[in-house]
Amino acid sequence: MFDTILYVVMAVLSISMVGFLYRLIKGPTVPDRVVALDAIGVILISMIAVFSMIMRTSAFLDVILLLGILSFIGTASFSKFLAKGVIFDRDRNH
Amino acid sequence: MKSSDVILQTTSKIVFFVILLFAIHLFFEGHYRPGGGFVGGLVTAGAIVLFLLAFDIKTVSILLPFDYKWVTAIGLLISILTAAGSIVFNVPFFTHTYDHFHLPLIGETSLHTAALFDLGVYLVVVGVTMTIIQTIGESE
Repeated sequence: MFDTILYVVMAVLSISMVGFLYRLIKGPTVPDRVVALDAIGVILISMIAVFSMIMRTSAFLDVILLLGILSFIGTASFSKFLAKGVIFDRDRNH
Repeated sequence: MKSSDVILQTTSKIVFFVILLFAIHLFFEGHYRPGGGFVGGLVTAGAIVLFLLAFDIKTVSILLPFDYKWVTAIGLLISILTAAGSIVFNVPFFTHTYDHFHLPLIGETSLHTAALFDLGVYLVVVGVTMTIIQTIGESE
């Protein structure tokens, strides 16, 4: 019973992943694509969580943390690029 | 133009150390479970990139005064010396040994010479990644 629920959740997550992929490819503006990439990261994290529940293991919890960190840094750098047009400043006070 | 990203700067000051701790955790978890020098180095480079995002290249070079090319060279030297150390004991190149020790506070642990090799890999990955990112990030 519980496994069935988990498989249904996995299917729903996969369908929403397809929707985000459509937005990533089609997306008319750059911010659309950035938001789609960020949401794909969140979907990946939740898919790994459900998968580790299906497999009854805690070995993938590190992967979840790592993906969370990478997705945070990626989103922060994309939004800084969109806001300022530059990712790394040479000297902030000039 | 003087800009102030108060939220990003305050957050990155805390998150930097959280990411660094996670990188150390990943580094020591290698060999028996997923992890090791390569992932640890990449996560450390990610933490430094977060500082580069929140502040600027000049401030970060004052905070972390390393020449990353030297870091790469020292890492390669550690890796090669650890791998070549097996020749002294008349066993094939890259052979590693381990033994069980009783350390204070930690308890029963197994210490591997492969961890020293992994330290070299860690330094090489941090050095190469940061060199690439700084070269790309430099304008003009």
